[in-house]
Amino acid sequence: MTENTPTRKTLWVVAAIGVLVYALFPVAWIISLSLKTPASIGDGSFLPTHATLSNYTAAFDSDFFPPALRNSIGIALITTVLALVFASAAAYAITRLEFPGKTAILAGALAVTMFPAISIVGGLYNVWRNVGLYDSWPGLFLPYLSFSLPLCIYILSAFFREIPWDLEKAAQMDGATPMQAFRRVILPLAMPGVFTAGILAFIAAWNDFLFANVLTTSNAARTAPVAMAYFTGASQFQQPAGAIAAGAVVVTVPILIMVLIFQRRIVSGLTAGAVKG
Amino acid sequence: MADIVLDNVVKRYPDGFEAVKNLNLTIDDGEFMILVGPSGCGKSTALNMIAGLEDISSGELRIEGKVVNRVAPRDRDIAMVFQSYALYPHMTVRENMAFALKLAKAPKEEIDRKVQEAAEILDLTEHLARKPANLSGGQRQRVAMGRAIVRDPKAFLMDEPLSNLDAKLRVQMRAQVARIQRQLNTTTVYVTHDQTEAMTLGDRVALMLSGVLQQVGSPMELYNNPANLFVAGFIGSPGMNFVPATLENGTAHLPMTDVQLPQQVLERLGREAPGRRVIAGIRPEDFEDATKIDNDSRARGATFKTRLDLVEAMGAEYYAHFGITAGKLVASEDMQDLRQDAGVEERTESGETVLVARLSPESRARSGEEVELWLDATKMHFFDEKSGEALTYAR
Repeated sequence: MTENTPTRKTLWVVAAIGVLVYALFPVAWIISLSLKTPASIGDGSFLPTHATLSNYTAAFDSDFFPPALRNSIGIALITTVLALVFASAAAYAITRLEFPGKTAILAGALAVTMFPAISIVGGLYNVWRNVGLYDSWPGLFLPYLSFSLPLCIYILSAFFREIPWDLEKAAQMDGATPMQAFRRVILPLAMPGVFTAGILAFIAAWNDFLFANVLTTSNAARTAPVAMAYFTGASQFQQPAGAIAAGAVVVTVPILIMVLIFQRRIVSGLTAGAVKG
Repeated sequence: MADIVLDNVVKRYPDGFEAVKNLNLTIDDGEFMILVGPSGCGKSTALNMIAGLEDISSGELRIEGKVVNRVAPRDRDIAMVFQSYALYPHMTVRENMAFALKLAKAPKEEIDRKVQEAAEILDLTEHLARKPANLSGGQRQRVAMGRAIVRDPKAFLMDEPLSNLDAKLRVQMRAQVARIQRQLNTTTVYVTHDQTEAMTLGDRVALMLSGVLQQVGSPMELYNNPANLFVAGFIGSPGMNFVPATLENGTAHLPMTDVQLPQQVLERLGREAPGRRVIAGIRPEDFEDATKIDNDSRARGATFKTRLDLVEAMGAEYYAHFGITAGKLVASEDMQDLRQDAGVEERTESGETVLVARLSPESRARSGEEVELWLDATKMHFFDEKSGEALTYAR
């Protein structure tokens, strides 16, 4: 190991700042845009000359953005919860039970995630219209579920594998039913994995544009990313950039909150002390 | 409090391998039974079958007279201490110990009282609020014990509970386990591969090899009256010495000397075909420095001269190693495995069989010196060369 000389330290700091600027500059720009008045959108200055919240009030005063936010939150949460419930059960079975076709199931799950979404969305549009799922919440969280489940199963089975099997046997000996052993011993220990999988499922559902755009038509199920495209300027000759920017900032906030809450729970070494060695 | 009966219990895996073969064993109420044997002998499998963690392929397991083959572990009312301890890492020591009682929906005051009692017995009272990760190995082991004790179960099962502790702690905990078992007087099945633990802890010891129960008895029975070569070699440290011998007219011809066998040994041997080749077993303490033996004793055995390769001073005694030129112990292939497991037949580079004698501390014997050793003929064991059965076994 080389020592941490002052030069090295400086280099690290410079590199870190470089990455931060690269990643956060567009975000800062969006925030700046969202605070500008429609007239000064194109003035080219980084800081808004006359900061205003009118874009935000306009976004929330519109008749389609608040319902879209509600749809987004609802659909993403349902997707996350269902994905975690089904994935933890499936992953537990895959790691703990011996049954034929175990590897085939895992491989199949992985294949599903590799399926390009664009190739099924057209067919899905027709199917949904026929079965009546078009422009409804289930019409969106079902496809989201099918894409996030395999990933969640993968992540969770990796976490379950790390948990010593003796713990489950101990719980059995202590008088726990298989369900109790799973809920009170195994699941609490797999929590970091559950949160990791949960964040990924939530973000995937939250950020989706393709399915939400094709499979919705009204405020009944239209999600926020799609709704942002419906912002219009004051007149048809005005760019709605300010309103879209405000919408984008608003859409980012729930994700930030989710990640900040869950990140604290993703602590490693939770199983330390369970077994010796 | 309950007795446990294993009646012709077999564990057969799907690939046809039999881990436990027709195991018959009765563990009395309140008894401390040790299952001991080398790794892979089926002792842990047997324990897991009693626990219900493994299915029983055939045979019957009875606890308190009831057949429990198909009863789930949680309904057997048995507590188990795992080799890995298997403490719940997300719970405090108190929660770990209370878990079983909580599942059984015991009233809160009772849970608190029982956990407190167990913590006092195990000296854990000041650690109740801590998590397992912050405990030392010995403390974790005690928590694992505590989790079993609070339940007041029909029986304790312990799967090598001390094998993860360092040598000194292991001796301390060994005494504590024995004390607790005596205090609670709960039926206990204890699995270990360590013959010292088996000898010191158990009321009775069941010695297994390759899924077959070899002998059951009190530690001293196994030590003094082994049923076969494996038992003789496994129990005792340092192990029993084995040499080839020929029996003829009440005399055993050993490679180092001829021994006139005393009446009691001859009676046990019964009528033997003349010139029969056998394996003689002599425990290290049944040798002695011939100069330290009075004339009466001398008549009970035979003396011979040998050169000592190595003398280890243990303080209270000397371990003297010496080589003898002896033909290989010829035997069937089954016997070969048996011998390897028992650690029989240690050879020097020159092809001599190495024997170990336990000499009194007054002995003046030194490494490299020629000394006269005496061996006690009344304590000799003889084994069939082919089957390994003890010819001197008193039923």
